[in-house]
Formats: sequence, structure tokens, C-alpha cells
Amino acid sequence: MSTTTTTKPLPEHPDWLWHNPDPKPSYDAIVVGGGGHGIATAYYLAKNHGLTNIAVLEKGWLAGGNMARNTTIIRSNYLLDESAAIYEFALKLWEQLPEELDYDFLFSQRGVLNLAHTLQDVREGTRRVNANKLNGVDADWLSADEVAKVCPIVNVSPDLRYPVLGGTFQPRAGIAKHDHVAWAFARACDRMGVDIIQNCEVTDFVKDGNRVVGVETNRGRILAGRVGLTAAGHSSVLAARAGFRLPVQSHPLQALVSELNEPVHPTVVMSNHVHVYVSQAHKGELVMGAGVDSYTGYGQRGSFHVIEHQMAAAVELFPIFARAHLLRTWGGIVDVSPDASPIIGATPVENLFVNCGWGTGGFKATPSAGWVMAHTMATGEPHPLNVPFTLERFVTGALIDEHGAAAVAH
Amino acid sequence: MLLIPCPHCGPRNETEFHYGGQAHVAYPDRPDLLSDDEWAEYLFFRDNPKGLFAERWVHGTGCRKWFNVVRDTVTYRIEAVYRLDQPRPELTATTGGAR
Repeated sequence: MSTTTTTKPLPEHPDWLWHNPDPKPSYDAIVVGGGGHGIATAYYLAKNHGLTNIAVLEKGWLAGGNMARNTTIIRSNYLLDESAAIYEFALKLWEQLPEELDYDFLFSQRGVLNLAHTLQDVREGTRRVNANKLNGVDADWLSADEVAKVCPIVNVSPDLRYPVLGGTFQPRAGIAKHDHVAWAFARACDRMGVDIIQNCEVTDFVKDGNRVVGVETNRGRILAGRVGLTAAGHSSVLAARAGFRLPVQSHPLQALVSELNEPVHPTVVMSNHVHVYVSQAHKGELVMGAGVDSYTGYGQRGSFHVIEHQMAAAVELFPIFARAHLLRTWGGIVDVSPDASPIIGATPVENLFVNCGWGTGGFKATPSAGWVMAHTMATGEPHPLNVPFTLERFVTGALIDEHGAAAVAH
Repeated sequence: MLLIPCPHCGPRNETEFHYGGQAHVAYPDRPDLLSDDEWAEYLFFRDNPKGLFAERWVHGTGCRKWFNVVRDTVTYRIEAVYRLDQPRPELTATTGGAR
């Protein structure tokens, strides 16, 4: 952990990273949704499976949805084995991607602290640290004093309404510059011959019986051998167009940034109980987020009282933030599944695959989601890492219940 | 923040309410006869439309009564409010993509 990364200059903004081709009449495979997961899926389809006659269709602009709206936190300290496996695989990919993609997207392993404020938090945290260690995920339990050593600006005074009783710490966790992650993947895709097609909305699916053979778009019909849906909050809308239902609900999730400040925050702090998470971006903004708005919505905005609540938590935990100014707030649409775990695999429609249900935590999984989705689309069979994350688990009852177990409330 | 017109108390701030998800999801008549697929459908699958949505709210810090709301999930506009003993009003979508 080091504060020097905070002052590192941003990468130069490059001119052209990908072309803007017109859609071809047909492709071997189409990925619907040009966010992080979609571009990563295309990248691994090309790189791992040699499928380069493929396209990513994005209804807006590349990486303009949740990929541009998340709080960029990357960690793998999940409780359950299935989750730890897929998120830790992602973290290992993150560690090699800047070199592989030849693009410094400021992946900074400054660690993530998950604070405990109640006896139950302490029990959950220590249990999760032990589970993490058994799964090969780096994790330590820190006392309140040790928390203060890692992050001196956290108020560990016993006088707080919910005093800090300790916390878990994953040193290899951290943040990355989200836009640059998307651009890095997009450039690599483009170089391998993948068509990235923006302003191309899928309005319907072309089917032969129960087999998908293409999509209808606002830029005409495009045929495809296989189609993968990676549309996050709009997954249900696409599924409805394809003729099936998904057990996800779309909610607004808000985040915000302060004005630029001197480097004061050396790590990432998440508090489940008072509910805020905070890091400091390389440029200097404090980046904060919390839980979803309770109601469902596609409006990419939420209610202000949710922001107010997380600000109250932030100021209590970090008294130094009391006079910081809020610069911007925004919302994205996240698709939350019943067990707060993703759904990756086959659908009731042949040759149509889905990657959805990541809820509030999809950014950190971008590389592994792309890897296993590409494997599933290319081979027709799930990768060992996404075997447990099928749509069928809601029928069999083999849920992966990360609600309340994933180090963050959903 | 939503301004929610409680059918019993009138318009109040959203912070007085709790959300209850999709309305009109009835407990199965004969649960012993349900297949696994039907149980999954009842337990885990809810409509998630982009457009009009009939949903439940409870006025937790007011009259503490449950009631139903038809809300547009794109504009967040509340198009209708009705008591549990009233039928869902017939409405047509004012925004696109109501499927």
C-alpha cells in the first residue's frame, strides 16, 4: 500500500483506439452490450477461442452505462467458495492485464478495508477472513488500532454511534481507472478484428424455431451463430424480447464524487453497517457509493435521501470530509438477482447465452466475467468457474447466497 | 425523492414508506401441486418492465397500511394509487418500451 500512486499522472488521452465499422450482414457471434463485460467477452472470444468474426453491439456509446458509473473497487474477499473462485480469478487477471493489454489503466492495489461496527460484523468479518484464507484469497483481520494505521483518517474513537471495532483488510484489492479499462479492452478487440458497433440497439431476436440465428437492430438485421447478452440493468428487457424471463430486478444505484482534494485517503474503506464506501481517485476526487434505491427503475437516477444517508455515514467515519464539497452525483441501473450472485450461462433459447445479475458488484469481475462468458459462448458449455452460476439454480434451489455474506449489503 | 400519495394519508415523502416489489403476486392456491419450475417462478421471478409497473408500498411511519401504486419505471412518475381491495386501473404507457 502506498500513497505515491495517488499522485501518478493520468495516461495521455489517446486519439483512436477502435474503428467505428458498419455492421456486417452476419457474424460468427454477437455480444449485445458494449460495457466492460461485453468488451471483455469479445476480447476473450478472440484471444482464447480464435473467434474474430464477431461484433459487440452497443445501443449507446461504448462503456457509457455502468462501466462509466461504478466506484471502480476491485476485491475478491467474498465468503462463499463459488464467489471467491470467480472473483479471485478476476483479481489475478487484473494483475496481469495492464501488461497483456499494453495499457496502464492505473490498477492500484492499495487494499480494501471492510469495517466492523457491531459484534455481528466482527463475527462475520473474522469468519470471512478465515474462509478467504482457505480459498487462497489474501485477507487479514485488523483491530481498530490497526485500522487506524492502515487508514489514519478513519475515526476509530469509541465515542461514535457505531464505533469501529476492527475490520478485514485485503491488501491485493484496490481500484482501477474504469474508462481506461474499457478502452484498453476495446483497442485490443479492434486490433484482433472485432467490430465494435455503437449506437446499435437490439430491438428483437431472429429465431429459427427455438434457436437464435440473429438480431434485429435499428441498423438492420444482423445474423449470428451465437448471441450473448451482457446488458446489465437492461437484461430483463432483452430477455423479454427473446421470449424468456430472468429472475432479476433493475434498481438505480447511485454514486458521487467530491471536488479534487490533496491525497488524504491511502486505501479503500467500505462500511456495511453505516453503509458507505470511499476511495480517492488518482486525480483527487473522493469517490463514494452505498446501496441501491429500494424501488425498481431504469431512470439512471435515484432519490436524494439515499445520497444524504451515505454522506452522513461518510462524515461520521471521516470527520476530515466534513467540509469537502460534493461535485457530482449520478446513477446506473443494476440488475439484482435473488441471491445477489450473477447468472452466467445458457438460456431457454438455443445458442443464446446470458451474463447478468451482477447487481452492485460487476466492475471488479469484468475480466473473469468476460473469460467465462467467452468460454460458454464458444464451446456451448460453461467454464468450471461459472458452472454454479446457472439460471437453473433458481429451480434446483442450489443458490449462492451472497446476500449479507459478500462483505457489502445489497 | 418520490412524493407518494398514500390513499389513506395523502402525499408524503418516500422516506416514510417501504417498498414491497411487484403487486398482485398471489400465494399459490395448491402449493402441494406445484412443480419445481412453478415454485421457482413464484419465489424468484418477478416482472421487471421498463415502463408501467404495479407495485406495493407500505406507509411504515404513517398509517402502516399496504397499498398499490402504478409507477413508470423510466420517469418514476406515479400514475395511479389504489387500495388492496381495489382492482388495478387500466392505464396505457406514457413512455416507450413498456414490455
